[in-house]
Amino acid sequence: MAPLLHVDNISVSFDGFKAINALSFDIGDAELRAIIGPNGAGKTTFMDIVTGKTRPDSGDVRWAGTNVSLLKRSESQIAQLGIGRKFQKPTTFEDQTVHENLLMSLANRRDPLAVLVYRRSQPDEDRISGIAQQIRLSESLDRLAGELSHGQKQWLEIGMLLAQDPKLLLVDEPAAGMTAPEREVTVALLKELAQTRSVVVVEHDMEFIRALDCRVTVLHEGAVLAEGSMDFVTADQRVIDVYLGR
Amino acid sequence: MPELLQRTVLTRHLLRNPSLMIFLGALACVCLAVTILGEGFGIGLISTSFIKTLGKTLCLCMIAIAMDLVWGFCGILSLGHFAFFALGGYMIGMWMMFARTRMIVIEAAQNNVLPPTPVEISEAVGTQIFGVVGGAEIPAIWAFADLFWVQLSFIALVPGLLAYVFGWLAFRSRVNGVYLSILTQAMTLALSLYLLQNDSGLRGNNGLSGLQNIPGLDHVPQSILSIIFFLASGLALAVTYIMASAVVGSKLGNIIRGIRDDEARVRFLGYNVESYKLFIFVLTAVIAAIAGALYYPQAGIINPTELAPIASIYLAVWVAIGGRGRIYGAVIGAAFVSLLSSYFTGGQAPDIPLGFATIIWTDWWLVLLGLSFVVVTIYAPQGLGGLIDKLVTRERG
Amino acid sequence: MSPGSTSSDGLHTVHRFISAVLAALVLLVLIPAIHPAIAKAGFEELLQANAGLIAKSSSKTVGPVLEQLRQHGGDEAEAFLTRWQAKELYFIKKTGQFVLAEKAAKTASGKKQLLIRDAVTGEEIGIVPAKSVRQIKPNSGVRSKIAATLVPFQLGNPDPAIRETTLKTLLRDIQPSHLAPLKAAITREKVPSLKSQMEKAYVFGMLAHGTDEAEVEGAIRSLAGDLSLDVRAALTPVLASTVSVATKLPDGVNIARVIIPGRTTRQGDGTAGRMSAIGGKDAEMSVMAAYDMMVAQGLAPPFVTRGMRDEALVEAAIDGRVGSFAVADLDNDNARDAAYQQLVDQGRAPALVSALQRQQAVEGAIFFAFYDNPSPLVTGAAHDVLNEIQTRVALYKYLDLLLDALSLASIYFLAAIGLAITFGVMRVINMAHGEFIMMGAYTGYVVQLLVPGYTLSIAIAVPAAFIVTFAAGVAMERLVIRHLYKRPLETLLATFGISIALQQLAKNIFGTQARPLTAPSWLDGAFAVNDVLAISNIRIAIFCLALMFLGLLLYVMKRTRFGLETRTVTQNPMMAASMGINPDRINMLTFGFGSGIAGIAGVAIGLYSKVTSELGADYIVQSFMTVVVGGVGNIWGTLAGAAMIGSLQKGIEWFNPSNTLAAQTYMIIFIILFIQFRPRGIIAQRGRAVET
Repeated sequence: MAPLLHVDNISVSFDGFKAINALSFDIGDAELRAIIGPNGAGKTTFMDIVTGKTRPDSGDVRWAGTNVSLLKRSESQIAQLGIGRKFQKPTTFEDQTVHENLLMSLANRRDPLAVLVYRRSQPDEDRISGIAQQIRLSESLDRLAGELSHGQKQWLEIGMLLAQDPKLLLVDEPAAGMTAPEREVTVALLKELAQTRSVVVVEHDMEFIRALDCRVTVLHEGAVLAEGSMDFVTADQRVIDVYLGR
Repeated sequence: MPELLQRTVLTRHLLRNPSLMIFLGALACVCLAVTILGEGFGIGLISTSFIKTLGKTLCLCMIAIAMDLVWGFCGILSLGHFAFFALGGYMIGMWMMFARTRMIVIEAAQNNVLPPTPVEISEAVGTQIFGVVGGAEIPAIWAFADLFWVQLSFIALVPGLLAYVFGWLAFRSRVNGVYLSILTQAMTLALSLYLLQNDSGLRGNNGLSGLQNIPGLDHVPQSILSIIFFLASGLALAVTYIMASAVVGSKLGNIIRGIRDDEARVRFLGYNVESYKLFIFVLTAVIAAIAGALYYPQAGIINPTELAPIASIYLAVWVAIGGRGRIYGAVIGAAFVSLLSSYFTGGQAPDIPLGFATIIWTDWWLVLLGLSFVVVTIYAPQGLGGLIDKLVTRERG
Repeated sequence: MSPGSTSSDGLHTVHRFISAVLAALVLLVLIPAIHPAIAKAGFEELLQANAGLIAKSSSKTVGPVLEQLRQHGGDEAEAFLTRWQAKELYFIKKTGQFVLAEKAAKTASGKKQLLIRDAVTGEEIGIVPAKSVRQIKPNSGVRSKIAATLVPFQLGNPDPAIRETTLKTLLRDIQPSHLAPLKAAITREKVPSLKSQMEKAYVFGMLAHGTDEAEVEGAIRSLAGDLSLDVRAALTPVLASTVSVATKLPDGVNIARVIIPGRTTRQGDGTAGRMSAIGGKDAEMSVMAAYDMMVAQGLAPPFVTRGMRDEALVEAAIDGRVGSFAVADLDNDNARDAAYQQLVDQGRAPALVSALQRQQAVEGAIFFAFYDNPSPLVTGAAHDVLNEIQTRVALYKYLDLLLDALSLASIYFLAAIGLAITFGVMRVINMAHGEFIMMGAYTGYVVQLLVPGYTLSIAIAVPAAFIVTFAAGVAMERLVIRHLYKRPLETLLATFGISIALQQLAKNIFGTQARPLTAPSWLDGAFAVNDVLAISNIRIAIFCLALMFLGLLLYVMKRTRFGLETRTVTQNPMMAASMGINPDRINMLTFGFGSGIAGIAGVAIGLYSKVTSELGADYIVQSFMTVVVGGVGNIWGTLAGAAMIGSLQKGIEWFNPSNTLAAQTYMIIFIILFIQFRPRGIIAQRGRAVET
């Protein structure tokens, strides 16, 4: 079976610096995958390319085993195809309530006129309260997102991704700045999500990755250095040299 | 009956927004008071020229709402909306000037032996209108100037099309923030420079004049016309306000505020940010144009200096002083600052003798305005509306 | 400088010559009665015979007298003509004798007296009452005729200055009688520059009056490649032509061109040209004008205009009817034409000519222009030479355009360079930047009021402007911008508020009228390459100033500690602070530096145009465009932006020179489109850092 996302030999450089160097990479359906690597390994740039923010100099990114190349699509089209992204810093709309944040993310029609005449419907409201429960924010639906704690914002952002109902979730450093209990909740959340869809997690925190208990890809200088289970890659000498051993 | 009322969209909308009810009530009171106090239908306590000033202020409040939508809610600091405003004025002005000149020409031709031919009429109209710029031919852009309904539709279509083309180009190439502001300013400058040319077909720096006279309504005195325009402006403002608050209260309102706060995030949620920006840009341009079409018949004259880039910046000033992101803030800002401006620059304010020098308000008002604007930006970024919000929340809390 | 140090053989010769002439004059004065007596007598007779005409001359009647004097020749004729021209001549009322006069002591009774001398020799005659003589005052027409008569005398004058002024007269207006003496003078002339001018004058003379075709042709061809204005002015009349119409092209005339009305243009060399689609010349002759010409020549019946038709109808209207037509129905051209046709049929009006008939009549005739000069040899040569000159002139005009663009680019660069720092490097948008430029210009104006001497005052104004605007920039950064670093759109608005306030303040202090900022005299002139190409010194100076600024800025930003710290703070203020750099201080100084440079630019721009409170506002949008188009954050980018915008504007003006407003409009539209394709400017930065 064809992989959900097939990254084929992409390269990109900024002012001579090779951020991604002939990277190839596959993710299957309903797979939980962790990506680790030192700073500048190209983790964020890789996400930028998949989500359409950055155009690679060469190579191709194909979606869902079809002939759909993501490179010719805009960010919003890629998002509509079913790729959700969570940023490093929690980015929610702080001036709007949790409910509004989730409402905007719901997988409804995205064109301005449809949005203008949108009327709230019971199925949508049910979905929102369902997600709110999932991300432990049922009590806070009418609070402004800006009033939430750091961890709650991270969850809200994951909730927004869920509302989009994506087939692939790209999650950038979800555990950053979280307290230990919050982390546990997050791990559980991500694992739960990976039951029904693919999730790619970029993270520095090795304990967190270990807790996720999934296949791990190590990036270095824009290319894959090693891939396998957590125990497998942490035993790899090259990985120890460039990343763990420092 | 109440159930029926509940069911219409408008009433539901009104009931959900108390501030909208307050605003509409206040606007209705002002309109009523002015009609009673004015010369046309009432006791004549307010002069016709002041009614015109008030009517113009209502139009300015309208364009301020447009500016608030595009800047306060969508985050696009457009320095070009006064260009749309003026274009709207030009569109209605073309009809007014053409139709009225045509009537005058036909009347003057009554004394001739031969009844005038269509060619003679259009030549005479051409000489009358374009004599000042050394022309006699009627330019092609005036082809529909005689057709009221066509020209009326141009009020929305022409500025709307300009906004669409410009916005499409600018948003497509992801020009953002201050760059976009400068680009809109450049657009305004280009348009005003173009209109300044004598061969622009719109009478160069003379502009269009005599717009206070409505074709076919020569027998109606200005005192009544001014009230009619005032009330029309009030109605347009009310409609604009309701529409704006509906847009802001809809899911679209959530999206555009999202675009203002974090454009990239909205994009990754799957929304085509460009089309939203374009939608708001064109919508507000059309609102601005309609406001202009109501404004200039009350001002009587329109010329290219009206759309100098500085006018659009003043617009931003009103909205900022009134408070961005609140529709009533825009209205308060526009009304407050523009009325204050016309008070101080109109020579009505008493000079202040300081012994060694005299403060002449016509000279010093702009200095004061400029500096107070700096103070507001730094210390009260939420403007007057922000202060009101604080008061209201304190009362409630 | 001592006379000895400049001595040369030539000068010696001149000195010797002058002393010899002086000695001769002394002799003439001292012993007038000796040998020139006979010659003098003949001259006196000549004068007496024409006394009336000389005393009361007009440019119409003076010709024969001057001709006689010219034929007589000799020193005395020259002396007489010179004095006549200089209004020094008097005549004694009783005798009619011509004399010179000067004031003498009054008589005891207080009457004015004059000391008179002989008009030719200068010999004293005696003291006479003032009323007995009258001054001869030739009018300017007469004086210029005298000047022309004097030419042959003066061309031989030993003083080169006199020969040069004479040559100027000749170049302006040469007459047939001048040709021979001019030719003789050319062979005698030793001063090279004068000699070449004489040759040129001779050629012009030949052009105007030459009779021998081959000689004239040779003269014309000798002018090839000369770009000066007078050459073109001399050649153009040779190619003067007269337009005419006939049924077929006549023989025996020197045909310049065949004209197709409404289709062909007239070119500078007298030939016909095609009309080009954009920005070309209009047709030489409209169909209407062509038809009128046919009417004038009797080749076609007169055209009845709409006005004439209507007049005839009005005249024919009786009791609200014209023939069988009711006047009230004549409200369109078809009805009027029909009514008029009825009048024609009744023989009461000339027949209508339709536009189609008019077109056909014009197409049936031949319109042409023939050279007034009948010789194809001469006009052919003039045509060749003029065309060659025009080609070269066009080339120089392109060069001139290029230089024009360069100097406009320098001005834009100067206006934008301060922004390249505050906006480009610091990313602070300062709408009051234009007002800093204005402030610099007014500083220059005030300094000029206080300091005498334009050179000194400019030398003081430049640093003064820098200091004033530096201080203003620092104050603004501390009081306003510092609070708004995180809010760029609000910086735009706050600085705009300052801009309004400063502009109005300037109006309140200096008034609304323009104030002069006068350039020192050494900046006034122009560097003239030839008659086509001249660059004003002030533009050269502004160009040099722009270059200096570029150098200075590159040096400061790339080579100094301050520049390094500025770049550090801009890129990462936290990191910079942790490395011991005070970001507050650096921001303040950088902003001050950018503002100070705007001040100096203000002095330069003030010299170039008038100082008004709107001076800065005129440049602000273009300045931002320059920085944005060039590429933010790059000084070379600003240079590229200025070059592009400057040359673009001049290039558009080239197509439509009468309309600079249109040029600016199209330029801005072009820039808006340009930004579509290169949103980050000509010299773009790329990478992740740019995105945030």
